[in-house]
Amino acid sequence: MAGPSVSVDYADAMITAPIAAGDWLIVAPSLITMIGGALCLMLRKNTDLQPKLGIALLGALVLASLALLIRVLDHGVITMVMGNWLPPFGIAVTADALGATLTFIGSVVAFCAGLFGMKTVNSSGRRYGFYPFLLLLMTGVCGSFLTADVFNLYVWFEVLLISSYGLLVLGNDRIQLDGAVKYGVLNLVGTNLFLIATGLLYGIFGTLNMADIATKVAALDNPASGTLATVAALYFLAFAMKAAAFPVNFWLPASYHTPNIVVSAVFAGLLTKVGVYALIRIFVLILPASREYMADVIGLVAILTLMTGALGALAQTELRRLLGFLVIAGIGSMLAGLAVGSTLAISGAIFYAVHSIIVMTALYLAAGIMNMMEGSYNLRQLGGLYQRNVAFAGVFLVLAFAVSGLPPFSGFWPKVILVDAAFGDERFWLGAAILVSGFLTTMAMGRVWIYAFWRGGPEGTADGQSVAVTASSPPELAGGAVWLPLGVLTALVVYFGIQPEWMIELSTRGASGVVDPLGYLRSVLGEQG
Amino acid sequence: METGVAILIGLFFTVAVYLMLSKQLVRILLGIAILGNSVNMLIFTNGRLTREIPPLIPAHLYVPETATANPLPQALVLTAIVISFSFFAFLLVLAFRAYQELGTDEINKMRVAEPENEQTPPQGY
Repeated sequence: MAGPSVSVDYADAMITAPIAAGDWLIVAPSLITMIGGALCLMLRKNTDLQPKLGIALLGALVLASLALLIRVLDHGVITMVMGNWLPPFGIAVTADALGATLTFIGSVVAFCAGLFGMKTVNSSGRRYGFYPFLLLLMTGVCGSFLTADVFNLYVWFEVLLISSYGLLVLGNDRIQLDGAVKYGVLNLVGTNLFLIATGLLYGIFGTLNMADIATKVAALDNPASGTLATVAALYFLAFAMKAAAFPVNFWLPASYHTPNIVVSAVFAGLLTKVGVYALIRIFVLILPASREYMADVIGLVAILTLMTGALGALAQTELRRLLGFLVIAGIGSMLAGLAVGSTLAISGAIFYAVHSIIVMTALYLAAGIMNMMEGSYNLRQLGGLYQRNVAFAGVFLVLAFAVSGLPPFSGFWPKVILVDAAFGDERFWLGAAILVSGFLTTMAMGRVWIYAFWRGGPEGTADGQSVAVTASSPPELAGGAVWLPLGVLTALVVYFGIQPEWMIELSTRGASGVVDPLGYLRSVLGEQG
Repeated sequence: METGVAILIGLFFTVAVYLMLSKQLVRILLGIAILGNSVNMLIFTNGRLTREIPPLIPAHLYVPETATANPLPQALVLTAIVISFSFFAFLLVLAFRAYQELGTDEINKMRVAEPENEQTPPQGY
């Protein structure tokens, strides 16, 4: 049966032009951390060399992600395709303003944590892989921010999840094992839900490329109904679990206070925000009709998350658990942006994510320093820190103001944008919830400052009296490894508060890139997209 | 054939959810193992179930003549199996270590990280 002979022109399906040298930056964050993590793993017995190597690699990651961000801002969205097959056949890696911004901020936070870890992670922690795990965690985080393929997003989530398991049980204490069981089980259920939704999405559209799915969804007559509604609900539940939104938030306060303080700091900064990023990517870029359809549900979840976080923080005695609840309250603010869904609201959510990454990490590091000074995280036992170190008390106050959303620090502007967007969309309850949650957070943080810094000593010290500062400052506090990371993060908090224009412009570009994704689609699918 | 497998997948999900709702950690882990398998079967079924039809395209055509099984979901399942297997192995070891340290596998009694009757924060200033 000799049919007409057809010659297949592979040039149509394959990119034959060489990749611009600068575009290799897209894979640089994942490559540096993956290769670096493997290198650190091989050197894991050399506990003196490991911190130096790890910090050097994290520094290289910061530089690479900064270069990537600058390139994205200059050239617009950039895409690289594995194996040079044209999308949707080849697996695409895409950097847009949203992904590149979060990659850069995440790298800065990881660098600060690596530096702080020099003092708080002992040689046993180093031997059991603190730096390899931290680097591989960053592989997963950067990969999630930069992938343009839904299934790859799942794989990167798993990479960061397994590294986070490793970090969580590092040290092998009773309390860590208890926390890790809850964290492990609930997060694995979450990723399984994500996988179900991805499988169904492939079943509907026959493609996993985000840009391709987005165009196919947009071409549907009724893009919010039928199986797609199920898929959207599953995605929302899965990523809400990752982000610790209200009804599925219980793993976070159960586990985030158990590991080494620097591990808590990285987790609080990065992990939940990856969930929020995935929500924005899936619901604004791929399934905008479903977002509109589910907007009221998302808004309700946001309100409840804001309240749970703030009220939970008020009820805590343990400083790290209090901060864990503040992470949850921040997630509520970002979900509020997603519920409104306009460019303004999404830009507020992105700015808030950046703010939350920086300020939550800084607060956990500050809690670690408080513990080094006083030997406790308990609000009843802390006290007199103001006399010990006035500058540190000032830094903590700055961070407390920022996390409560008070001017002139970084938490103020995204909250202004989010409240403005919520009121503009006539979602008054949502705007009110953001404000009330900010007020309750102010109370919780004000109380920490009064008890830990302002009063003379631990509980039982009479008014006006103060416990004499006896011991000289503990040896861990000497040197820059502890103060430099906190200083860098606080400087960013102050800078974004006083000079917010740069960040507002960046997050607006990120938001308009997903709300109106023409540039993204063109970059991945070529000009015809 | 897909209908039968779909019913089977539904059964798998039922069993998985039932097991995950129990109090014993070991049962929860068994539930997670079954959940992973049911997700894998779901994706596998998504790619069409056909027997003995190779996914080959004749030289003069662009698409296969008859419906064949899609190999891509099978590749996805392969990835997912590896991942869920390794996670399950990790969680088993973790659960065993937790049992050794905490002396219980009943989740309501695992209260080391979140102790009962916790101290309240200081009242008044």
